[in-house]
Amino acid sequence: MIRRLILLALLAHLTCLPAFAALDPAQLARLGAEDSDEKIAAIAALAGADPEAMLPIFKAMSEDALYLAGDTLIRVEGDNYIDAASGKTLTPPPDNIESITINNRVRRTLDGALAGLRLFAAERDVRLAAAKELTASASAEVLPLLDKALAKEADPQIKQLLVLAQAKASLGSPDAAARLAAVKSLADSADPAVRQLLAAMLDKSSGSYSEPDEAVRIAAVASLTQIERRIAIGENLGRVFTGVSLGSILLLAALGLAITYGVMGVINMAHGELLMVGSYTTWVVQGLFRSYAPQWIDAYVLAAIPLAFMVAALVGVAMERLVIRHLYGRPLETLLATWGLSLVLIQAARVIFGPQNQEVANPTWMSGGIELYAGAMLPLNRIAIIGFALFVLLIVWLMMQKTRLGMFVRAVTQNRAMAGCVGVPTRRIDTLAFAIGSGIAGLGGVALSQIANVGPDMGQGYIVDSFLVVVLGGVGQLAGAVWAALGLGIVTKFLEGWAGAVIAKILVLLFIIVFIQKRPQGLFALKGRFVEN
Amino acid sequence: MRTPLTIRFLTAMPRSGWIALAIFALVAWVLVPVAHLALPEGHPLHVSDYFVTLTGKVLCYAVVAVAMDLIWGYAGILSLGHGLFFALGGYAFGMYLMRQIGRDGSYKSDLPDFMVFLDWKELPWYWVGSDSFLWALVLVVVVPAAIAWVFGYFAFRSRIKGVYFSIITQALTYAAMLLFFRNETGFGGNNGFTDFKRILGYSITAPETRLVLFGLSALLLMCTLLLGRYLVTSKFGRVLAAIRDAESRVMFIGYNPLHYKLFIWTLSAVLCALAGALYVPQVGIINPGEMSPANSIEIAIWAAVGGRGTLIGPVLGAFTVSLAKSWFTVSFPEYWLFFLGLLFILVTLYLPEGLVGLWRRIRGARDKAPTAAKSEPAQTSKDDSRLPPDAATKGASA
Repeated sequence: MIRRLILLALLAHLTCLPAFAALDPAQLARLGAEDSDEKIAAIAALAGADPEAMLPIFKAMSEDALYLAGDTLIRVEGDNYIDAASGKTLTPPPDNIESITINNRVRRTLDGALAGLRLFAAERDVRLAAAKELTASASAEVLPLLDKALAKEADPQIKQLLVLAQAKASLGSPDAAARLAAVKSLADSADPAVRQLLAAMLDKSSGSYSEPDEAVRIAAVASLTQIERRIAIGENLGRVFTGVSLGSILLLAALGLAITYGVMGVINMAHGELLMVGSYTTWVVQGLFRSYAPQWIDAYVLAAIPLAFMVAALVGVAMERLVIRHLYGRPLETLLATWGLSLVLIQAARVIFGPQNQEVANPTWMSGGIELYAGAMLPLNRIAIIGFALFVLLIVWLMMQKTRLGMFVRAVTQNRAMAGCVGVPTRRIDTLAFAIGSGIAGLGGVALSQIANVGPDMGQGYIVDSFLVVVLGGVGQLAGAVWAALGLGIVTKFLEGWAGAVIAKILVLLFIIVFIQKRPQGLFALKGRFVEN
Repeated sequence: MRTPLTIRFLTAMPRSGWIALAIFALVAWVLVPVAHLALPEGHPLHVSDYFVTLTGKVLCYAVVAVAMDLIWGYAGILSLGHGLFFALGGYAFGMYLMRQIGRDGSYKSDLPDFMVFLDWKELPWYWVGSDSFLWALVLVVVVPAAIAWVFGYFAFRSRIKGVYFSIITQALTYAAMLLFFRNETGFGGNNGFTDFKRILGYSITAPETRLVLFGLSALLLMCTLLLGRYLVTSKFGRVLAAIRDAESRVMFIGYNPLHYKLFIWTLSAVLCALAGALYVPQVGIINPGEMSPANSIEIAIWAAVGGRGTLIGPVLGAFTVSLAKSWFTVSFPEYWLFFLGLLFILVTLYLPEGLVGLWRRIRGARDKAPTAAKSEPAQTSKDDSRLPPDAATKGASA
């Protein structure tokens, strides 16, 4: 099937010249009429003609490259003057040509006709795009074209769109039975535009319903409820999904912080800047792949993951060794010192990479999306991030629970003095834990670079959010961080849909303040006898 | 036996302190106005407009730094959201200044320009009374006090402290900044309030008005220092320092730290708000940027640079850092953030007691006389070795 399509496409290219012979020059010349109405009529009449022949002519017309020389229609392609009817190049170019200008009304009709013609293109993508365009702006004029296309179309997705477009177009039909059928078939839609269309039929503002027939109105109400339900489900699904994806970013940002805060009891205010370091590493790796290995460009993300981890971990170790180590036991001053570190890192990024945002492109296997449900589009890059967060979580969990290092880290988190007494090298564990926490932040940076712009102050907003995750989840518990991140992500997205982003942020903050009143140790407190410090 | 309040107040500071205060008052209220108004421009001792505005601004910063020191240096509570109270005071007074513009705005309307721009027909309810100077003063004090009290009550009641408290205050000011950025909030959105024309009927750009504002800022600073001095030498101040050093122990003895913390926290917020209210007419603009977390954390560095747990230190810190900022951002704008960042790091690492501590150390080394007269709080054994007492907050006298 695919091979045949490719063959067809090739044939269409090779044979496009002879196809022009079928066009009637007199009718074509009407496109150059003075009157806009006549032009529209001509477009409508010609839209039913041979699609392959008409496509270049309409295209030329919409690009203002169509001219009239006497009664012959001429389209200009580069330096060539081509007789539109025969498809022959005219040499020498005819003199005395006048250009055909079109106004917006004509352009709208022309665009519709162009989309209609593209429905017959050989490439599936072109047809799909045309079908989408027509569904958005369906009008009665294109109905015959739609019927024709439906008869030829084999692809189920395009077919579905065409049926929808057909139904939308027939809503304007004068025949009540046709309208009724259309309203009924529109019940399958989940398109807000269709909802609007149906709601307009039930509009009573001008005294009487804009839809005269009662049976049609009843069907419209039924279809409307179905559509609304579907839209609501789609929206909520979308919110849960974006909430989970926000949650997984938060998780990546908070996991590292949870480890460093748990072990050392200090908040690293430069943690967000470690995300930035990871993102810039990704950007650099992308640049290197572009210049030295363009054939492997899709794999740059995979190469960036270990590199970002290492670079961020190195920066983290440097911070720990040079600054934080000397401030143990002074958590408040550590806040200030690490804030200073973050300022230096931000300014360094600004000096090295420039103040403007850098764009990291998704590799091709991460662009696009899956349509899970009508109206709920799941972008692949976000799905990949969720998967990536799960992967990192698994690694961290294994490390914390199954390795000796993890055991030491947990021991120091629970009771530093006692761990030191039984021989845990607490200072070395601090450095290692800080390296790991910073490296995880770097991984978060890789993920973030796939959905956000990479800029010097991209990390600033994350420190508070990830700290809230740590507070909510409870220190020293991975499970707490996971639930808190997901919960915070989903709740934020739902609140955003309901009250807007700013109010949502404030509500979440208030919620956390109230929450700490009830459970100061977070969702999952470590069991044991602790006295507050 | 109870010492009469006046005597108690007078003895709160040694004689040298009172003399220094008197000299400061003389400079701020007599010398600067004379040098600004009476001496002609070009005279070597002439004080320029720029100098008056800049110094007035820094005086307000100094008040904020002392307010920060009262809670951080003496009560051990690091707020990273004090810019919020400063900005709230500024906004509350800015509302009055906006109404004073009257019909001289670019839309010639009774409403402030930004409301006309948003196509609002009347003032929102919280703007009622904003044309009254007295009501503006009430708002300046009451709104930040109420917010600080409510927030502090819930935070201290559940004994949120340390980094928890710091980060939550930062989140608070961040959320408020987002709120004020919205046009619908009714405080001018992005641009905030600006283009002020007059205050109590006097032109806001007149040199006399500026000098009065400058003098008021100096007065506020002196009052803040005196009040602070009085508080930290009182029994209240000692309980506060005890809470800072060993909260659990203070509770076991029978004090409830909630009231002490809540009082000093609210007082600190009000002082910030007053400084903000004086700051806005001198600078001529207030916008949500004042609430950004970066601004609030800069307040903390003023106190840290000068020396926490001393009252004069934060004033020195505010002057040093602000003047350095004015100079750097003009001469080397690229490097200001590097400098500020390094300042944060180096001060916390090498100057935990700030400039005052440095001076004491130098003097102590020169005189070879131990400065042990200062009371060192006893080493408290805390329940978790992770958080030994804050080594830098020991010295508690200015």
